[in-house]
Amino acid sequence: MKIERPAMAGTLESSDCQVTVEEGEGKVELTLESAVINQFGNQIRKVTLETLHNLGIDDVRITIVDKGALDCTIKARIEGAVYRSLGQKEHLPWGGAIR
Amino acid sequence: MINPNKKRLRRTMMFLNAQKPSLIKDPYIYKPDSIMLDLEDAVAENQKDAARFSLYHALQEIDYRGTERVVRINGLDTPYWREDIRCAVAGGCDSIRIPKTESANDVKLVENAIDFAEKEFGRPSGSVLIIAAIESARGVMKALDICEASERLFGIALSGGDYTKDLQTHITGTGVELMGARQNMVIAARAAGVQCFDTVYTDLDNMEGFCQDVNTIHLMGFDGKSIINPRQISIVHEIFTPTQKDIIFAEKVVKEIDSKKAQGIGVFTVDGKMIDIAFYDGAKRTIDLAKASGVYKGDL
Amino acid sequence: MINAVGREIPEEILELTGKEVFHGNHYFDGYEYKKDGPNTRCVINSNGSKLVDSIHDVLVKCGIRDGMTLGFHHHFREGDYIVNMVMEEVHKMGIRDITICASSLGKAHDPIVPYIEDGTITNIQSSGVRGKIGEAISTGKLKGLAIMRSHGGRVRAIETGETRIDIAFIGTPTCDDYGNCRGIGGKSDCGVLSYAMVDGDYADKVVAITDCLVPFPNFPAHISMTKVDYVVVVDAIGDPKKIATGAAKPTTDQRKLMMAEYCTQFVVNSPYFKDGFSYQTGVGGASIASTISLAKIMKERGIRMRFGVGGLTKPMCDLLINDQVDCLLDTQDFDLSAVESVKNLKHFRISAGEYADPFNKGAVVNKLDFVILAALEVDVHFNCNVVVGSDGMITGAQGGHPDTAAGAKCSIVIAPLLQGRIPAICTDVTTVTTPGESVDVVITDYGIAINPRRQDLIEAMKDVDLPFKTIEELRDIAYSITGEPEKVQFGDRVVGIIESRDGTIMDVVREIKPFEFRED
Repeated sequence: MKIERPAMAGTLESSDCQVTVEEGEGKVELTLESAVINQFGNQIRKVTLETLHNLGIDDVRITIVDKGALDCTIKARIEGAVYRSLGQKEHLPWGGAIR
Repeated sequence: MINPNKKRLRRTMMFLNAQKPSLIKDPYIYKPDSIMLDLEDAVAENQKDAARFSLYHALQEIDYRGTERVVRINGLDTPYWREDIRCAVAGGCDSIRIPKTESANDVKLVENAIDFAEKEFGRPSGSVLIIAAIESARGVMKALDICEASERLFGIALSGGDYTKDLQTHITGTGVELMGARQNMVIAARAAGVQCFDTVYTDLDNMEGFCQDVNTIHLMGFDGKSIINPRQISIVHEIFTPTQKDIIFAEKVVKEIDSKKAQGIGVFTVDGKMIDIAFYDGAKRTIDLAKASGVYKGDL
Repeated sequence: MINAVGREIPEEILELTGKEVFHGNHYFDGYEYKKDGPNTRCVINSNGSKLVDSIHDVLVKCGIRDGMTLGFHHHFREGDYIVNMVMEEVHKMGIRDITICASSLGKAHDPIVPYIEDGTITNIQSSGVRGKIGEAISTGKLKGLAIMRSHGGRVRAIETGETRIDIAFIGTPTCDDYGNCRGIGGKSDCGVLSYAMVDGDYADKVVAITDCLVPFPNFPAHISMTKVDYVVVVDAIGDPKKIATGAAKPTTDQRKLMMAEYCTQFVVNSPYFKDGFSYQTGVGGASIASTISLAKIMKERGIRMRFGVGGLTKPMCDLLINDQVDCLLDTQDFDLSAVESVKNLKHFRISAGEYADPFNKGAVVNKLDFVILAALEVDVHFNCNVVVGSDGMITGAQGGHPDTAAGAKCSIVIAPLLQGRIPAICTDVTTVTTPGESVDVVITDYGIAINPRRQDLIEAMKDVDLPFKTIEELRDIAYSITGEPEKVQFGDRVVGIIESRDGTIMDVVREIKPFEFRED
């Protein structure tokens, strides 16, 4: 699935991250800026790719500015941005694509 | 369907914005009995959607180490509450807090939505409990109806800010404006056999006033208090800690009744005085409180 | 070669520095040596004044030239103007290859980074560095090797002659025209000049810089005229607002209060908490809170402290005001209350040497019962890191951490288990500054770990109701929340060494390199 409208979720507060999704160029393209990139850069990338995969998004430019968020927050912000982009606020697939 | 968690100890219920990762990542270190992850007032109107994702993953992935996880949904007059319930139930919350409850029907509406969500997400029927927050004069007057509206309901809670506005007064710090509501609610809760929780105390700089407030509601018979800052937790727990005298008496009551019942004897005496079977639940509760407060060293 | 804390120290660094690897805290106990001494230019002619017009003129008079070592102190903390003003002039004169030997450097000294880049400054020896200097060193801009050494270690390096200071610049809040320096009075009151005293004793040329010239004699002098060559008066030696701040409001952060409470409970239940005990603590919120709650318990139980040491803040000075301690021994003042307290007759100034030097005939730290410290990271061997940040940048200072931890009978480190997503308790610290053999107890918001080397403390605490855990358990809890952190990706080049207080090498700091995702 493609992202067609840009959307953002999350904040730049400590332990949070801000995720922006925009129209991609046929693939997933991740830009990551993180205060803990040395320790968790690979993990954040893995969580990001898995979350997008679960959501069925394979065409997106995603930018994450991370302030030390745990995996659960990173997932939540990615999903937040994606569903905002899709404009879906109800009947969400809890436990399905969101997991 | 009796959920054993209905009667669990709830001296403190700490409010946390479900949308703030720094708050929800490890509130259990302060050892509140319950946390209340808020989707309602703490979350801005344009973040209602984002807060749910944050809530869902927190419930799923953070080990709250036995702390009860209550979710406050948005009001039944908003477009959000049904999805809030789906998200909270799917995430695995222990309870749902209904804001601004005014009637038994409000509780029933939520109960139905929970029923539906439990089925949808494969959770055991009846696993999610309800607490109803009462925030208006009408709600206070309907307290008993609300308490008896659902088998899932474990208690009611006073929300003082909105209630005093409805009463055309305000929080004074003396408690006088809350007297009637507190009294009415705790009586209704006891009559229905559910728990009763007091409103928050917002002046964090006035610890003395807070202590007084907690002492008052403790003596009135409340089960616990809503908390807005972890600094308040140990004070409540301390005030709710039974005295050694109470603990020793409670221990004797429990042991006396247990042993006599086993022998088939129906007359109980402690310290030479006759006691009633009605003492039993209270004595059990005293022992539970003593255990939770870390002051019970006995073998019960 | 692997040292006593398991760190590989490259042979070429041992060759380059002529140093040994760290062998353990007591390796040099009983070591004998002859102290170094300064080249001294006598002043016999009674011609009155040592005043010189400008920094430029005093540099000329001192014979500034390429390759010299210049000494500075950090009593003005983030308000210091001295380092920048001297280095600007040195740079203007085209001097190169300078070694800075400072008791510490901070963000206030960001302006000297261009002089590192252009080769004016090629070596730095300091307790630590923060801000842009740290970045410059960690990104390989310093030509030579940065040496991070503790406050006691700096005195040792100077007294043994390992470091020879050619010119020491001593910023002094008040001074007379003959060089009597005092840390009190004037516009930039910092209370004491403890870290500069060794510079006064051992530097070949000593320059006092003040913004408050007072009539002779400025007595009792903290640094005597007998050691000072020249006096320069400038408009301002520092920003008073950043030298001594108002006393910090006691923290209301429940996490810190909780750790403080654990700390206090540990202290009062330990065998060293009895009438006449001694105590040192830092400036963190939790340390300050634990001092406040300790004072309460001392009062309740009628227990008096014999002496308190610091790095002083208001809660420590309050002990003196409330007659709960016999005296304070002061090396540095962090707030205005501490500066004010220096006037108290039982508030004694001590030199950095008296405080912490491992190579004299015995320092104050050896007489400490308790020290309460902080750390960026502690590993399962109890090694602490206080210098290198989680991004691999040098961003902190040893200060008196290794000195007090080695000396005190009970050294307690307080650290919240998680700093954002970074676990403070980990398998191996990024860089070792204080060896695990010096650290007895680690207190976190998730529990307390006692070093298994201290079976006596474990025994003493067996009936105490505190959340004791093993250090491995604390690490495992942290990792279960954050995930297991990967190691910082460093380059090969060694840009700095962490020197042990006895001059051996505790660890090396390598150049950072940009993060790269793992191929998978």
